[in-house]
Amino acid sequence: MKVNLIQSEYEVIRDQSRCINCRLCEKQCSNGVNYYDKKLKVMLSEEWKCVNCHRCVAVCPTHALKIVKSDHCFKTNANWSKHDITNIFRQAQTGGVLLSSMGTPKEYPVYWDKMLINASQVTNPSIDPLREPMETRTFLGKKKLDIEYDENHNIITDTKPQMELSLPVMFSAMSYGSISYNAHKALATAAQELGTFYNTGEGGLHEDFYVYGENTIVQVASGRFGVHPTYLDAGKAIEIKMGQGAKPGIGGHLPGRKITKEVSKTRMIPQGSDAISPAPHHDIYSIEDLRQLVYMLKETTNYKKPIIVKIAAVHNVGAIASGIARCGADIIAIDGFRGGTGAAPLRIRDNVGIPVELALAAVDKRLREEGIRNEVSLVVGGTIRSSADVVKAIALGADAVYIATSALIALGCHLCRSCHLGKCNWGIATQIKELEDRLDPEEGAKNLVNLISAWKREIKEMMGGMGINSIEALKGNRLMLRGIGLSEKELEILGIEHAGE
Amino acid sequence: MDRIKKEGEIRIPSGCAISGIISKKGNRFSGQTAIDSIRLMHDRSNGLGGGFAGYGIYPEYKDYYAFHIFYMDTIAKNECMSFLEEHFDLINLSKIPTRKIPSITDEPMIWRYFLSPLPTKLAESQLTEEEYVVRCTINVNAHIKGAFIVSSGKNMGVFKAQGYPEDVGEFYKLEEYSGYSWTAHGRYPTNTPGWWGGAHPFSLLNYSVVHNGEISSYDANRRYIEMFGYKCNLQTDTEVITYMIDFLNRKKNIDLKTVAHILAAPFWSTIERMDETKKLEYKYLRNNYESFLVTGPFSIIVSYQNGLMALNDRLKLRSLVVGEKDDMVYMASEEEAIRVIAPELDSIYYPKGGEPYIVELETEVQ
Ligand code: SF4
Ligand code: SF4
Repeated sequence: MKVNLIQSEYEVIRDQSRCINCRLCEKQCSNGVNYYDKKLKVMLSEEWKCVNCHRCVAVCPTHALKIVKSDHCFKTNANWSKHDITNIFRQAQTGGVLLSSMGTPKEYPVYWDKMLINASQVTNPSIDPLREPMETRTFLGKKKLDIEYDENHNIITDTKPQMELSLPVMFSAMSYGSISYNAHKALATAAQELGTFYNTGEGGLHEDFYVYGENTIVQVASGRFGVHPTYLDAGKAIEIKMGQGAKPGIGGHLPGRKITKEVSKTRMIPQGSDAISPAPHHDIYSIEDLRQLVYMLKETTNYKKPIIVKIAAVHNVGAIASGIARCGADIIAIDGFRGGTGAAPLRIRDNVGIPVELALAAVDKRLREEGIRNEVSLVVGGTIRSSADVVKAIALGADAVYIATSALIALGCHLCRSCHLGKCNWGIATQIKELEDRLDPEEGAKNLVNLISAWKREIKEMMGGMGINSIEALKGNRLMLRGIGLSEKELEILGIEHAGE
Repeated sequence: MDRIKKEGEIRIPSGCAISGIISKKGNRFSGQTAIDSIRLMHDRSNGLGGGFAGYGIYPEYKDYYAFHIFYMDTIAKNECMSFLEEHFDLINLSKIPTRKIPSITDEPMIWRYFLSPLPTKLAESQLTEEEYVVRCTINVNAHIKGAFIVSSGKNMGVFKAQGYPEDVGEFYKLEEYSGYSWTAHGRYPTNTPGWWGGAHPFSLLNYSVVHNGEISSYDANRRYIEMFGYKCNLQTDTEVITYMIDFLNRKKNIDLKTVAHILAAPFWSTIERMDETKKLEYKYLRNNYESFLVTGPFSIIVSYQNGLMALNDRLKLRSLVVGEKDDMVYMASEEEAIRVIAPELDSIYYPKGGEPYIVELETEVQ
C-alpha cells in the first residue's frame, strides 16, 4: 500500500459552472496538474503537482480557476511547522539536499520597510519634477579628486573606466541557461532602451546578444563558463562573481536538462551535462589572488573596462569590501541574503547571509572611515522591490541597485519558486521550446521599460519632495532616512536616527 | 524638562540675510559700512545670530595667523591655551574689546591671538604650514569642550554672536576696525536658539563663508568631506560648504570658478548644449566630484584674502544681487541693503543660478 506522506500545499479550485472544458489549463500547465476526465466529462486537477504559478488562472477564458492554500493541516504545534515536518518526510524518503529557488520566503526583517523618507516643509522648498530638471544620471567607477590641465588650460578629462546609467538601476546577473533566450533578449533590449545595463550571469553570452554589448556586463564566475577574450571584450564592464546572496559560500548547479544545444554552445560545455560551478574560484584562495584576477581581466581588456566584484552579504562584510576596494576593483556589488536564485539548497538560501540593508550601511561606513569610498562604487541587490527601496538604498550609501526578481516579475514570473525544475510556465526559467515561446521578448522588454520608467518617475517625485534635484546629492544622505520600530543597535548599524528625532 | 540640544548635537535649519562689500583697490573702510547694510535686512534675521568677517583688519600682524576664540569657561581656556602653546609661537594675545549692550547677553570669553606655528612641531608634522593650522583648528573645535576657534586666517577675523547683526557689530566695536572687504550675516534659525559658535560667518584659515538657505544635500556632503580629515562639529550648512571649498580650492588647487561649478553644477541639459571640449570637462567634474554637489536653496558669499565670491544654488532659490560703484563691489540678499550704503550704483546685476560672481583685488594689499 502506498502511503503518501506529503500532501499538496495548494488546491486548484475550479468553478464547474464556469468551466467550458476548453482544456486550456491542461495544455498550459507544464506540471501536468489539470486533466479532462472523459467519463465524468469534467476537468479535474492532480493538485499535489501544482506549484502555484497562476498560469492556468491567467489563461482560463472564463475565469473559472483559482489557487488557494490548502487548509489541510497537522495538529497545531508552535515548534513544529508544517514545513518542518514535511521537509523531514522528504529527506527521510530521498536522502537528498532540499532544493528551492528565488529568494527566501521566510519572515526575516526587511529593513527597507523600517525606514522612512524625508520631505521638505517650509524651511526648504520641495521641487516639482514636472517643472524643473530632476537628474538621475549616475556614473559607476573610481573617482579622481585631482584635476590636471593640458597646455591650453583645458581639463584633462581621462578617467578610470566608467559606466554611465540614466538612472541608478541595473538588471543583475541571470545566466542564459538558468533563464531562457527570450528572457535574456528582453533584458538586453530593455537595458539598451533605458540606458542602463543587464548582466550575462555566469553562462556566457549568446552570439545574438553581442550587439547589446554597450549595455552588457559580462560575468566571470568560478565555473568560467563561456569566458574567452571576445566575450570579455564584448561588454561594457566585467563582473567577477565571488558570491551570491541566495547561496553564499556555495557554487551553482545547472542541471543537464537545461543544457540544450544553444546553451551548451554558449557555455562551452557538452550538451546535457550538468554545469557545476565550484564554491570558490579555484585560483582565488585569498585577497591577493583576487587582485591577480582583477588585474588579469584589466590587462586582457586594456584597462578599458571597470571591474565589478560581486559578493554575498555575510558577516564582517565591511572588512571584506575594504579588501576588495584595495585590490583594484572599480565597483563592488553586494547581494543580500533575500536575493533570488535559479536553484539553491533550501537550508542555505534560508539561513546563510545577512540582509543587504545592513551590509550596505556597514560597507559604506567602513569605506568612508578608511577614506576610500571614492575609490570604488557600490551596487546593491537582493530584494529591491520598488522605487522606494531604490531611494532608500541610495540614501544609505549605494551608488546604484541591481534588480533581478523585480525584473522577472515584470516578465511574468509569479514567484512560484520552482525555477530549479526547469518547467517555468511563464517561459522564463526554462529551456523547453514551447514554454519559452510563451515569453514574447518584445513585449517583455516593453514591460521592463514601463516598470523602470515608472520607478524613475517615482524616484524623481521623492527626490523633489526632499528638495534634491540630482541623485548624487541623495547618495549617502542618511539624514533623509529615519528608522521606525528599530532598536538602538539596528539604528547604529544603519547610521540613521529614529523617526521623531 | 529635558535639556534642549545645543547646535552641533543637532542640526538646526535656518534662513538668513547676507551682505558683502569689497574695495577692488584694496582701500580699507570701516566695519560700520557692513553694519549699515545688514541692519536694513533686520527682518530677515530673528536675533538668534549675527556676525561679520573683515579682511585687511590686522595689517600690523599680517604675517601671523589671527585666532579668534570663544571659551565657555576657564577650564576650556586653560586647556586650549596649553594646546596653543604646545603648537604655536604666541606673538600677541588679548581679549577682544567689546561694549556692553542690553540685547547681547551670555557672552563667552572672547580672545584673540596672533600666532605662528612652532617650527619644530611643524617640521615634525610633515604638513604644509596651512594644513598644520587647519588640523590644529579642527582639533581644538572637535576635542576641547567649551573652546571654539571662530577664525584662524591671516590679516582677517570673524566677529559673531547671538543677537541681531547690527547689535553684534556694535558689541564688537566694529566701527573701530577697517578692512578692504567685509561680509555680514543675520541669522534666522528655525527652532532652538543657535549658539555663538553656530552664528555666521563660518571660517577656516583664510576662508569665511556667509550663507542663506538650507541645503538638502547636507549629509551627502558631510559624510564625504569628513573622509578627508574634516569634522563637522556644528552641523551647519556653512561649515560643510567652507570645508568643501577649503578642500577643493586650497588642497586640490582648483580655481574658485571651477569650485563654484562643482558645488552648483550646471544641469545635464545645459552641459549637452556646450561645445565638445566643455561638455567633456563638465562631465568630468560632475562625475568625479559628484558628492560635492550642493542642492537645495542657498546663496553664499565666500571671502578669501584676494576677494569675494557670490554664488547661488543651481535653481536660484534664494535672492542675491550684486552692485558696483567705482572700485567698490556690493553683494547682498536684497538690493536695498546695497542702496542704503551706496545709493548711486554704476551697475546692478542678478547672478543666475549656479553662476559665480567673483571679485578679486586689483593690487596686492600692502
Ligand atoms: S502549476 Fe501553475 S498552471 Fe499548473 S495548475 Fe498549478 S497554478 Fe495552474
Ligand atoms: S521564473 Fe518561472 S519558475 Fe521561477 S519563480 Fe518565476 S514563474 Fe516560477
